[in-house]
Amino acid sequence: MSEDPRETPALDHRVPDASGPPAVELRGVTRTYTDQVAVRDLSLRVGEGEFFSVLGPSGSGKTTLLRMVAGFEDPDGGAILLGGRDVVGVPAHRRDVNTVFQSYALFPHLSVWDNVAYGLRRLGLRRAELRARVGDYLDLVQLAGYGRRRPHQLSGGQQQRVAIARALARRPRVLLLDEPLAALDAQLRAQLRVELTRIQREVGTTFLYVTHDQEEALVLSHRLAVLRAGRVEQVGTPADVYERPVSRFVAEFIRSSTTGGSNVLEGTVRTVTGAGNAALVEVSVGEGAVLAELPPGRALRRGQPVAVAVRPEKARLYSAEDDGPPPGWSRVPVRPRDTVYTGAATEHLVEVVGDPGATPLTVFTQNTRRAGETGPGGGPVLVGWEPRFSVLLADEPGRGDGGAEPGGRARPTAADGDPTPGSAPTPVGATSRADVS
Amino acid sequence: MDGVTRASGGPRRPRPEPTSGAGRPGGAARPARSRGRGRARAHGRSLAGWAALAPAGLWLGAFFVVPVALVAQYSFATRDLGIARVVLPWTLDAYRLAVDPAVLPIFWRTAAYSLSATLACLVIGLPLAWFVARHAGRWRLVLLGAVLVPFWASHLARIYAWKALLAEDGPVNRVLGLVGLDRPGGLLLTDVAVVVGLTYGYLPFMVLPLYVVCRRFDPRLLEASQDLGHGRLGTFVRVVLPGLAPGVVAGSLLVLVPSVGDFVTPALLGGVNQLTFGSVIDDQFRGGNNWPLGSALAVLLLAAVAVLWVARGRRAREVL
Repeated sequence: MSEDPRETPALDHRVPDASGPPAVELRGVTRTYTDQVAVRDLSLRVGEGEFFSVLGPSGSGKTTLLRMVAGFEDPDGGAILLGGRDVVGVPAHRRDVNTVFQSYALFPHLSVWDNVAYGLRRLGLRRAELRARVGDYLDLVQLAGYGRRRPHQLSGGQQQRVAIARALARRPRVLLLDEPLAALDAQLRAQLRVELTRIQREVGTTFLYVTHDQEEALVLSHRLAVLRAGRVEQVGTPADVYERPVSRFVAEFIRSSTTGGSNVLEGTVRTVTGAGNAALVEVSVGEGAVLAELPPGRALRRGQPVAVAVRPEKARLYSAEDDGPPPGWSRVPVRPRDTVYTGAATEHLVEVVGDPGATPLTVFTQNTRRAGETGPGGGPVLVGWEPRFSVLLADEPGRGDGGAEPGGRARPTAADGDPTPGSAPTPVGATSRADVS
Repeated sequence: MDGVTRASGGPRRPRPEPTSGAGRPGGAARPARSRGRGRARAHGRSLAGWAALAPAGLWLGAFFVVPVALVAQYSFATRDLGIARVVLPWTLDAYRLAVDPAVLPIFWRTAAYSLSATLACLVIGLPLAWFVARHAGRWRLVLLGAVLVPFWASHLARIYAWKALLAEDGPVNRVLGLVGLDRPGGLLLTDVAVVVGLTYGYLPFMVLPLYVVCRRFDPRLLEASQDLGHGRLGTFVRVVLPGLAPGVVAGSLLVLVPSVGDFVTPALLGGVNQLTFGSVIDDQFRGGNNWPLGSALAVLLLAAVAVLWVARGRRAREVL
C-alpha cells in the first residue's frame, strides 16, 4: 500500500452519489456533560454510500458524536437526521444504524453464527432466509466455516470481523464504526484496513468511521471531518485536508506516518501581487521569502503576521553549489541541524536562518540515488518550493494579528464540506483534484 | 445494498492470523534445561505441596469422610432400642421405610420450601446484586457489607428474632392488621414463616455469586444488543440472563442445598404440619431413636444433592 495519500485506494472508489438526501445529517448538535461540552453546535452531512471518517484527538468529541447517531446518547440541542428523518429521542434499537464497537462486544455465550444472527431475530425472516443471510455475511468477512466457534476461540482480528458481519447483516442505512482497529496490532490493522475498504465497496453501505489515527482516516475515507474540541475544523477529501488544511491545527494534526505533520512557518506579509485567482502573497520568514497563493475573498495587510504551512515532501533542499530554487518559488535560507536516513527517504531537519525561535523545518528527499552518491555538498543552505504548495493558514483568534476577518476560514477548498446547515448539497468527493497533483 | 450476495459467490478461505506464542523459537530448548537439577527441584516442590495439604486432608478424612462412611454403614444396619443404637444384621429395611409413601409428602414439602426459598432469594438477590455491583459506585463495598454483616450473627439467634417478628403481637402481624390481613396466632407455624426464614437465612449465599457475575458482566453487551434491535426485555432474556447464568446456578445451589437439609428453621418457625426432611432425620436420631432410618434418609438426601451438583452445568462451574 502506498503511503502517499494521493495514491490511496480510497480515491479510486467510484464516487458515491450524494444527490439524494444525506444518509446522516447533524444540524447544530450540542452535547454537554456535567463538567464539559463534548460536542458544540456541530453540523455535518454524510452522503449515501460514503466512507466518511470523523478524525480527532482524544477528547475531541468524536465518540460522543457516534454514540448520538447510534442512539446511546441524545444531544442537548440540535437535530440528527437519518435519511432525512430526525431521530433524536428514538431509542437505539429502533434506529436504522448498527455499530461496530471498539471492544467488539461480541456475545460470549453465543457462537459466531448466533452472534451474526442475533440482529436478525427481530426481523421476522424465514428460517432459510436467516440461514442464507448469516452465511452471506460470514462469507463477506471471510469467516465461513467459523460459525460454530465461540468468540473467545478467535483471534482479535477475527473477532472484529465477526463484529462487522454482525452489524452489517441487518443491512443498516449507516454502519457506525468506533475505532474498530484500535485494539489490534499494527500488522493486523493494516490488513483489516484493506478489508474494510473492500467490504465497504462490496456492500455499498454508508460507513461513519470514528478514529484518532490520521493515516487510517486518509487511507480509508472518501471524505473526512477533522474534529477539535467538539467542533468541526475541516471537512473534505483526504487530499483536501492533507494538501490544503484550513487551520494550523489541521496542518499539524493531519500527518502521514512517513512524513509527519506540516511545517508551519510564521512571518509577516511583505507584498501582495496580482489579483483574483492569480494573487500571490509574499511573506517574510527569517531571512527568506515564502510565496503563497492568496485565496479569493481573503484580504491581507502589509506587515500583518500570518502562518504558512508546507508539507515536508513538497519542499526541496539546495546546497551552496546549487543554483537555488527557480525564480517565483519560496526561498528560505536554512542551516542544517540533523539528518535521518529512513530507507526510501531521508529526513532533513533544518533551522530557519534569522528566526531562532522557530520550530525547525522537516524536509524529505527521496533516496533515488544510492546513499553516499547523493547529498548537496556542504549540506543544505536553502529550502524552496512552488507557491501552490504553500498553504496560507487562517488567522487564529488570540494570536495577536488583530486582522482576523470573518470569512477567513471560508476557503474554496473547504466549501465542499461547509458545515453550515442549509447549504446546497455538493457532489461528494468531487473537489478539484487537478490542482493538487 | 445487495452487494453481499455478490460477495458470497466463490468460496473464500479465511486468512490465517498469527496467534501469539505459536511456534516460539525457544520452545525446543526448554525440556533440555529441565533435566537434572531442575527436575529434582520440581519433585521437591510437589512434596512440599503435599505436605501443605496434609492438615486439610486429615481434617476432611477424620471429620467428613469417616462420619459419612459411618452414616452410610448405619443405614444398612438394624435398629436397636438399647444403648447400641444399631446392631447387625445388615438389611435394607431402613431404605424400605425411607421410600415408604408416608414419607413422600414430607419430601415434596421439603422440595417446595427450598425451591420457594431459592426463587425468593433469586428475585430479591438478582436486582440487589446488579445494583450493588454496577450502580452503587463508592457505596459498593458498604452495601455488600450490609448484605453480609447480619450473616455473621448466629443462625439460631436470627431465627429466634424472626419468631418475635412473626408472632401474633409481632410487628409483621400488626402491620398486616392495618390492612386487615392479620392472622390469629400470627404467621408462626405456617408455610410462609418457614419460607421467609429460609430466604432470610440463605440470601447472602445467593447474592455473593450473583455479585461476582454482575461485576464481570460487560455492560457494552447491553448497548450491542440494543444496537442490534432488541429492546429491554429481549436484551434481558437473551444477553443479561445468559451472562449471569453461572451465578444464578451457583447461587441457587448454594441456597437450595442447605435449605433442603435445614431442620432448625422449620422446627422454630413451623409447626407439626411444617415437618421437613431435615427435621424428620433429626427426629430419627433424637426422639425417634431410629438411627438406621435417619441414616438412610440422610444418604438419600446426600445422593439427591450430589445429583444436583453433577447436573449444575458446565458454565456454572466457572463460578462454583
